[in-house]
Amino acid sequence: MHKIAQDIGRVIATFGAVALFFVRIVMQVPRALLRPRLVIYQIYNAGALSLVIIMICGLFVGMVLGLQGYDLLARFGSESALGSGAALALLKELGPVITSLLFAGRAGTALASEIGLMRVTDQLVAMEVMAVDPFRRVVAPRFIGGLVALPLLTMIFIAIGIFGVQLIGVQQLGIDQGTFWSQMRGSVKLHDVWEGVIKGCVFGIACSLIAVYEGYTAEPTAEGVGRATTRTVVTSAVLTLFLDYIITAIML
Amino acid sequence: MTMTSNNLVEHLVELKDVHYSVGGRAIFKGLTLAVPRGKITAIMGPSGTGKTTLLRLITGQIVASKGQVLVEGQEVSKLNHQQLYAMRQRMGMLFQNGALLTDISVYENVAFPVREHTELPEELIRQLVLTKLQTVGLRGAYKLMPWELSGGMSRRVALARAMVRDPELLIYDEPFAGLDPISMGVVLRLIRKLNEALNITSIVVSHDVEEIAQVADLSYIIADGQMVASGSPKQLKDDKSELVRQFMNGLPDGPVAFHYPAPDYHGELLS
Ligand SMILES: Nc1ncnc2c1ncn2[C@@H]1O[C@H](COP(=O)(O)OP(=O)(O)O)[C@@H](O)[C@H]1O
Ligand SMILES: [Mg+2]
Repeated sequence: MHKIAQDIGRVIATFGAVALFFVRIVMQVPRALLRPRLVIYQIYNAGALSLVIIMICGLFVGMVLGLQGYDLLARFGSESALGSGAALALLKELGPVITSLLFAGRAGTALASEIGLMRVTDQLVAMEVMAVDPFRRVVAPRFIGGLVALPLLTMIFIAIGIFGVQLIGVQQLGIDQGTFWSQMRGSVKLHDVWEGVIKGCVFGIACSLIAVYEGYTAEPTAEGVGRATTRTVVTSAVLTLFLDYIITAIML
Repeated sequence: MTMTSNNLVEHLVELKDVHYSVGGRAIFKGLTLAVPRGKITAIMGPSGTGKTTLLRLITGQIVASKGQVLVEGQEVSKLNHQQLYAMRQRMGMLFQNGALLTDISVYENVAFPVREHTELPEELIRQLVLTKLQTVGLRGAYKLMPWELSGGMSRRVALARAMVRDPELLIYDEPFAGLDPISMGVVLRLIRKLNEALNITSIVVSHDVEEIAQVADLSYIIADGQMVASGSPKQLKDDKSELVRQFMNGLPDGPVAFHYPAPDYHGELLS
C-alpha cells in the first residue's frame, strides 16, 4: 500500500517535471525561431532521419492492407470498397500511429542520445557558462524540428500506404481503377483528414517532448544515456497508443 | 559583473564563509577567499576537494547553502536569470576536458560565443577567430572537427573559445592535466600572456604544484572544505606548516587526508 502511494507520487512528480520542462521549451520557442536556420536544420534532420524507413514501412503496410482488406471484403462480396476502407484505416489510425512509433524509434532515440551525450561531455554546461541558454540553442530547435517533421512524415506514410493498397488491389487483384478511387473519394470526409492531421501533431509534440526531456535529464554516464534512449522509445510508444485512444474517443 | 560603480571593488571574486554539501557530504565548511583583480590566482588542493565545485559556485551553476559568493561585489545567488547571463558573458571558462561542441568545427566552436551574442559581420568574426586560434597555435587546424583533435589540442581550442570575447575573468579548470611538456609550457605562457596583455583576472584551479607556481601571483590551498593556506608561491614553498609541506611536496600522509572518508580499513576488510 505504502509502495503504491510512493509510485503514484513518483509518477505525479515526473509528470510535473515534464510539464515544467515543456513550459521552459515553449518560453524559448519565439527566441529559437529568431534563428530559423537552426530550426530548419532540425526539421530536416528529424525528417530525413526517418524518411526512408517511413516510406518503406508505409509501402508494406499499404500492401498488407490491400491483401487482408481484399480477403476480408471478398467474403462479403464488396471488394470495391477496398479503396475507401484502406484509406480510412491509414488516415485515421495506421498512418499516425505507425509513423509515430517509427519516429520514436529512429529520430526520437537519436535526439535523446545526442542531447544526452552533450550532457555527458559538459557541452550543455559549457553553453550555460557561455551565457547561451541550452533550451534556446539545443532543446527548443530539436523539439520544433520533431513537432513539424512528424505530421509531414505521417502524410507521406499515408500517401505511400494508399499507393501500396492500390498496387495490390488494382494492379494485382484486379479491382477497377475508377471504382477504387471514386469509392475512396466518396467516403473520405474532411473530418477524417483532420483526425489524421491532429493525431500527427499531437504525437509530434508527445514524441519530441519525451525525446528531448529524456536526453536533457539523462544521468551523465554512458549507461545513463543508454537508459534515456530506451525510455524514449518505451514511453513514446505507450503514450502514442494512449493518446490515440483519447483522440479517437473524442473525435468519433 | 554589471557595469555599475563597482570598478572600485578590489577583489573581482570573493567567497565568504561558503558552505556547500552534495549527497549529504559537506564539500565546503566555511570557505573564505578572495581573488584580486588583474592577478593570477591559483586554487590548489587534492583531487576531490571541490575545486570544480568552487568554479561552479562562482559561475552561478550552483548556489551555496550558506555564505556569500560575490563577483564584482554582487552576490551571484541573488542575480536573476538575465543578470546572471550578463555576468557570464564577461567570463571565460576552460573546462577540464575542453567541452567543445562536437557537431561543429574548430572554427565554429571558437566563433560560437561571438555568433550567439553579437551580430558582427562574417569578415570580422573570421579575423577574431583566426587571431585567437593563432594565439593558441592552432590556426592551421581551424577546419578540423573536435573528434580529430588530441586532448591537448581540444583544450587549446577551448581556451581560444574562452577568450574570444575578451572576458574580464578567465577561469581554468585543471589546465595542465594530461598535457605533454610542450603543450604545458604553451598553456603556461598563454595564461601569463593573457593576464599581462589584456589585464585579465585569472583563476587557475590545479593540483600541479610545480606548474602553477610558475604563473600564480597568489595561491590558495583548499583542504577539508576550508582554505588552509594562502600566499605567493614562494611563501607557500617556504611555509613551515606540516599541512602545506605535505601538499607542496606531494606526501600521502599528513594532516590532509588522502583517502575519501571511509570506515576503518582493517575492520571493513575483516567484516
Ligand atoms: N553530482 C555530484 N553528486 C555527488 N557528489 C558529487 C557530485 N559532484 C561532485 N561530487 C563530489 O564532490 C567532491 C568534489 O568534487 P569536485 O569539485 O569535482 O572535485 P575536484 O575538482 O577538486 O577534483 C567529490 O568528492 C565528489 O565526490
Ligand atoms: Mg575537478
